[in-house]
Amino acid sequence: MPDADILIAARGLTKRFGDFTAVDGIDFELRRGEAFGFLGPNGAGKSSTMRMIGCVSPPSGGELSILGLNPVLDGPAIRARLGVCPQDDTLDVELTVRENLLIYGRYFGLPRRVIAERTARLLDFVQLTERADDQVDPLSGGMKRRLTIARSLINEPEILILDEPTTGLDPQARHVVWDRLFRLKQQGVTLILTTHYMDEAEQLCDRLVVMDRGKIAAEGSPRQLIEAYSTPEVLELRFHVSDHEQAAEKVANAPSERMEVLADRILLYVIDGDAALAAVRALGLEPLTSLVRRSTLEDVFLRLTGRRLEDG
Amino acid sequence: MSELSEHLRALPLRILPPQLLAARGRLLGGRGSGYLIERHARAYRHAWLILVSGFFEPLFYLLSIGIGIGVLVGKVTGPGGHLVGFTSFVAPALLATSSMNGAVFDSTLNVFFRLKYAKLYDAALATPMRSGDVALGEIGWALIRGGLYAVAFMVVMLAMGLVHSAWAVFAIPTALLIGFAFAGAGMAATTFIRSWLDFEFVTLATLPMFLFSTTFYPLSVYPRPIQYVVDCTPLYQGIALLRGLTLGYVGPGLLWHVLYLAIMGMAGLAIAGRRISRLLLR
Repeated sequence: MPDADILIAARGLTKRFGDFTAVDGIDFELRRGEAFGFLGPNGAGKSSTMRMIGCVSPPSGGELSILGLNPVLDGPAIRARLGVCPQDDTLDVELTVRENLLIYGRYFGLPRRVIAERTARLLDFVQLTERADDQVDPLSGGMKRRLTIARSLINEPEILILDEPTTGLDPQARHVVWDRLFRLKQQGVTLILTTHYMDEAEQLCDRLVVMDRGKIAAEGSPRQLIEAYSTPEVLELRFHVSDHEQAAEKVANAPSERMEVLADRILLYVIDGDAALAAVRALGLEPLTSLVRRSTLEDVFLRLTGRRLEDG
Repeated sequence: MSELSEHLRALPLRILPPQLLAARGRLLGGRGSGYLIERHARAYRHAWLILVSGFFEPLFYLLSIGIGIGVLVGKVTGPGGHLVGFTSFVAPALLATSSMNGAVFDSTLNVFFRLKYAKLYDAALATPMRSGDVALGEIGWALIRGGLYAVAFMVVMLAMGLVHSAWAVFAIPTALLIGFAFAGAGMAATTFIRSWLDFEFVTLATLPMFLFSTTFYPLSVYPRPIQYVVDCTPLYQGIALLRGLTLGYVGPGLLWHVLYLAIMGMAGLAIAGRRISRLLLR
């Protein structure tokens, strides 16, 4: 008897395009009411996974069950119960803001009266009521993204799929989107999202998997992942460019759990950052700048893959 | 409570064999096609001028070639060797050509834009819509638009005294059939188009058909071998049908043309639905 609270279950899920394996046998479960994230750089296989979940891309192997149904056979029935916010805006630029919701709702077979009632509520929710009768094209990137979110909610989905919800938005617009998604989460909407921003993952996800090169590298809550794969504090040191490598050799002598030498900085993973900085200075080194901070998911990703998230 | 109704709603989907459900609609396209037509009708409310201009093109041709040149030409040999006025001879061919051009325009340029740039179908296929709905919806829209033009053009023909038979009541459905054939073929072709350059091939197919498929003179002017070639072109089928109907020379031979166009449209529709799946549902 399958657990009714498991909305999506994947076992050995695989997606191949010719010789290229985009998703390489991943396992995960999505539970009702949670916000579940896929964190990874571009090309990690996140979007391919989202497309399989959205029933617009048949899996090449493994098992995938969505809402207890088979995505290959029951695609339309599953899609009727999903909300999809794709990475690239697919808004209808020949229609107004309101008409975008109307027509999208019609694609679900919803009566116009129901759509009109939901449209008023959704436009209010994404703060676009005043733009309801405007064309879509002149809207800012943040507004378009919010409209896409509103559109994905028109069928009152059981699962909301967000593929890179704030990629390409300026910081202020990102925060507005995060705020709206956080409200949805608090209303109990089940979210599944991909991101290559660690702050987005930390803010929105109850649970996430770190994905790299088509595989899942680790799974847990942001806190659990940081505890398991990083130290409480990180000391970031920056030296003069010409001294960078030399300094790195010397810093290695300071006590730390782990050291990462990036192109522009040296990261020391430690329990106490201030003590580590004192130790570095005791070695006779004086960094140009130094910063003691808490570990983030970025550090988890670096530890797991040896690369930075933004590098892709 | 809502959960219960959710389960009840999903029930028939579990009872029926899934293969059956998956097959239904993938082949035919269903209710969803109507929603795409509704979308286009809304979009054209903002661009109604494009709709109106489509009517004038064949009308201008009729006035310039039919009437202008008609004065010089006088009578030509129509179907079955009967002599008919040049304008009456050309008018049904212009209707057939305008049905072709309208359907081809809608199903190639417009569909290509929606497929590659507007991402219209990507958005639709994230909903319960199927690729068959998209293909059928596009062709349905092309037919509705073409049908409006056909009605308007027939009204003009009537007013100008260019309709010579009661059989002409079948001219509108015939114009729709021509539109269906070319919209199906056009949409299927569009799924193979790589860039805007490839549309030259579309022009390369339609323009000679317009000029040489007995639009302005009878088939008998050609030497035998060329007659066979023209006889095989899709536009010729449409012209022969409409000319027969509006001039009143109707025989069972016309049914071959009907069959030809129907098969062309259905094959196009099936290919288009399948290709859209392959392009977008990867």
